[in-house]
Amino acid sequence: MSNPIRQAFQNLKRERRAALLTYTVAGDSSNKQSLEILKSISSYADILELGVPHNTPVADGGQIQTSAYRAIKNGIKMNDVFKIVKNFKKSKYSKPVILMGYYNMIYQYGENNFLKNCKKSGVNGLIVVDLPWPENKIFSKKCKKSSINFIQLISPTTSKKRLKSIIKDSHDMIYYISMLSTTGGKLKVSPRKILINYNKIKKIDPKKNCVIGFGITEKTISKFKNTDGLVVGSQICKEITRSLNNRQNPVINVSKMVSKLRKKIS
Amino acid sequence: MKLRKGIPVIDQGDKLGFWGGKFGGNFVPETLKKPIEDLEIQFNKLKNDKNFIRERDKYFKNWIGTPTRFIKLNNLTKHVGGAQIWSKVVSDANGGAHKIYNATVHCLLAKRSGKKVIIGDTGAGYAGKMLSMAAKKFGLKCKIFMGAKDIKRQQPNVKAMKKNGADVIPVYSGSQTLVDAVSECMRYWVANCDTTAMCVGSTVGPAIFVRICGWSTSQISRELKVQLINEFGEVPKKIKLYNCVGGGSSSFGFWNEFMDYDKKQVEFIGVEAGGPAKSKKHAAPLTYGSKIGILHGAAQYVNQNNDGQIEETESISAGLDYPGISPLHCFLKDTKRARYTAASDEEALKAYQTVTKYENLRPSLEPSHAFSVAIKEAKKLSKDTIVVINSCGDAYKDKKILEKKLGKKYVKSN
Repeated sequence: MSNPIRQAFQNLKRERRAALLTYTVAGDSSNKQSLEILKSISSYADILELGVPHNTPVADGGQIQTSAYRAIKNGIKMNDVFKIVKNFKKSKYSKPVILMGYYNMIYQYGENNFLKNCKKSGVNGLIVVDLPWPENKIFSKKCKKSSINFIQLISPTTSKKRLKSIIKDSHDMIYYISMLSTTGGKLKVSPRKILINYNKIKKIDPKKNCVIGFGITEKTISKFKNTDGLVVGSQICKEITRSLNNRQNPVINVSKMVSKLRKKIS
Repeated sequence: MKLRKGIPVIDQGDKLGFWGGKFGGNFVPETLKKPIEDLEIQFNKLKNDKNFIRERDKYFKNWIGTPTRFIKLNNLTKHVGGAQIWSKVVSDANGGAHKIYNATVHCLLAKRSGKKVIIGDTGAGYAGKMLSMAAKKFGLKCKIFMGAKDIKRQQPNVKAMKKNGADVIPVYSGSQTLVDAVSECMRYWVANCDTTAMCVGSTVGPAIFVRICGWSTSQISRELKVQLINEFGEVPKKIKLYNCVGGGSSSFGFWNEFMDYDKKQVEFIGVEAGGPAKSKKHAAPLTYGSKIGILHGAAQYVNQNNDGQIEETESISAGLDYPGISPLHCFLKDTKRARYTAASDEEALKAYQTVTKYENLRPSLEPSHAFSVAIKEAKKLSKDTIVVINSCGDAYKDKKILEKKLGKKYVKSN
């Protein structure tokens, strides 16, 4: 069977719609609740990114840090993250799941052991924030062998030469970081400029699916609906925090938000 | 794993920035690849540029004040009764600590690349204070990231930073100490690397920062070598260099010029922060056998749990309170060129009391860790052995802690 990530993009091309990717942190605010959130938002989201919480995240802003610290405080371990994915996949086998995190978590688990457990639990892709190209060459090859998509990141500072090499070494999906920012920053670059860079990537290899993340919210998402896909993360994490503070159910509130996001690009 | 002779240790990393094939590297978000590469190109060019070195030396001499003193501690030697105890008083440097060398070099680099703003992290506040001084000197705007806990315990340095016109940004995440300050500083750089230069306060972080810092603090050992030859006519036959190790910038700088000597002649002893005697927490990853992990862009021995979460540290000295350690020191440990051990909070305090009792020298809590081990070992050494301790910081910043632990009277009388 073809990789569910590739399959998802193929289906969406037929529908002529951008993919909606969500990001939530595993174990936020509990292992059970983060599983419920995944199940509930999977009716609207096309690909689910699940963050592996880490306590020295060098690229995450306040909202995702808050979610990650909440999960770590609750004692989440790497094995719990795999369990959440496995339980989710029991009912939603074909919905693609991507784990996103920092390399030390993989390094301590052991690369091979990590990939084995990814496969066992049903993880389809990996984003490793602090393992850039060319440092990721060996690991991304290992991922490919295990039929797991290693997702390369590209940013506005990526040079032309790097851009070509990174795209060449990428698998089915590429993640374009819209601006110089940590996650959760306000969109400080015009959508037009972001789309110019997006098109540069697509021009080099139109077959690669390129999603845009950072600064994507309910307010900004519709401006990018003619792309391959969009990632919303911090706004969702913020909604979980807000719900908890107001003693409301995060599962319901986050679902509502993701359903709205989906409508904006449909 | 082998240390090579005739090549500066900072240049012994491989293509990807790994020392010994496994320490260091560049574990950074894609956004930082370009600014790091730019800095690498700039530094590799300038470190061999005569004009740049002349400029550096001019500021080191006229502004920082080189050389710092190399003095014999006669009373302490007599009291201990063993090896000759000497000190390299690096706290003589403008600002009161070794952090000024790295800060000055980073500002010179930032100026040349046309950056208007420079940011930095700080634990004890020295790195921040020095960066704010250098930024002011070179007309750069300055932002300093500092853990909220450290802001409370190192007020004199916070005041100095503000006086120099720097923004001091408190960091409330995690343990609110140096580790979180470095993370926050890197995050800020991710978002502003097009206009802003970053100075990492120690020999930690992505490989280029390790190299720039090591290159800068090596001024200490360059001076010491000349001073030793002036004093003894040669580098003594048996000499031991004691230095505290947090991130590892002062110790690396204190040792670098002597790297190629046989360790039987010039021995390096790094003293980590063992934390409170009764606590399990410490900041001594080399002494207590922490596993290799990734922290702040580099592979290193680091305090962490089985899952890879970085563990909280505990130490009386904010400057050593860091869960990781420079890749350079990991390399020196595994090649067995340097020996590492730890001193507890209590031992450091006791050493501070002993030194200030016998000498007109007031080492901060960081070098007090090194004094503690040096005093203990000197007792058992022969009179012809030369023990040198790098007194790399002044205790003025620790006034509040010392008053609390030792009483007001004691601190005032010194």
